[in-house]
Amino acid sequence: MDICRLKDGLEISELDPFLAELLRQIPASASADNSPAAQARLFSPPGDANETEMRAEWKTYVEPELQRLFRSATETVAADLQQLSGNEKTFANRTLVIPAKNADAWLNALNQARLSIAARNEFNERDLSDNYRSPIGSRRDLSLFQVNFYGFLQEFILRELMDCREGSST
Amino acid sequence: MICQVGLARLEMAPRRSQFEILAQGISAGVAEPTIEKSTESEQELDLPWQVIVHNDPVNLMTYVTMVFQRVFGYPREKAERHMLEVHQQGRSIVWTGVRERAELYVQQLHGYLLLATLEKVN
Repeated sequence: MDICRLKDGLEISELDPFLAELLRQIPASASADNSPAAQARLFSPPGDANETEMRAEWKTYVEPELQRLFRSATETVAADLQQLSGNEKTFANRTLVIPAKNADAWLNALNQARLSIAARNEFNERDLSDNYRSPIGSRRDLSLFQVNFYGFLQEFILRELMDCREGSST
Repeated sequence: MICQVGLARLEMAPRRSQFEILAQGISAGVAEPTIEKSTESEQELDLPWQVIVHNDPVNLMTYVTMVFQRVFGYPREKAERHMLEVHQQGRSIVWTGVRERAELYVQQLHGYLLLATLEKVN
């Protein structure tokens, strides 16, 4: 896999089918549906249990807006990921361009996915700092690899595109 | 600036509808840094509230730093200091002030998926 900064985006080329599939999984992985643990993490309350009024207002007024914001980010990413759904041979390497204008949506969707996967699998700090674990061992190991791969991509977007975006706005 | 518009509207809003009004600014507010502006009002005399960010092993350190810079308009050094405090001590009080603005900040931080809470200063 090669990552190259373009004038208005980030080009990820030589994506093998495995990594391309992991990228395609971002929108689905970001969803907290059917997972109380992921729901609890993505929509955590703004205060402790004694703050019942605050928590009730939050649930009524803020959570729907957060849901809308998160959905908007994953839809943007899903649209960009259409680039990976061409007519090429199944095992051919792919190229994906992340436009700089979508950098915020990518950071948000990748974060949703990482947090949801970590919550579903109950990953702790020790799991997440184990950089030498093989992704082949089990479904849980594959999920951990997914979290780390998405984190790697987040780091790249932060380093390459956020400077670009902020620079272009001044 | 959408955040400033939201805050201006807050001053006229009844207490129970604060979240409803603030929620309107979440998505747009996420992408824009908030410019802190000192004001002299009765609200300033209220007991202050604090915005606390809690440690989360998943969120990247660079990401958290960027969020602090954007939401609070902090310089990089200050944002990194708070990020490290969260990382090393489990939590950091990232802002203290009137409740309405603290609520807005907490919502913005949740928009970035940080674990943030609001507490009254004892």
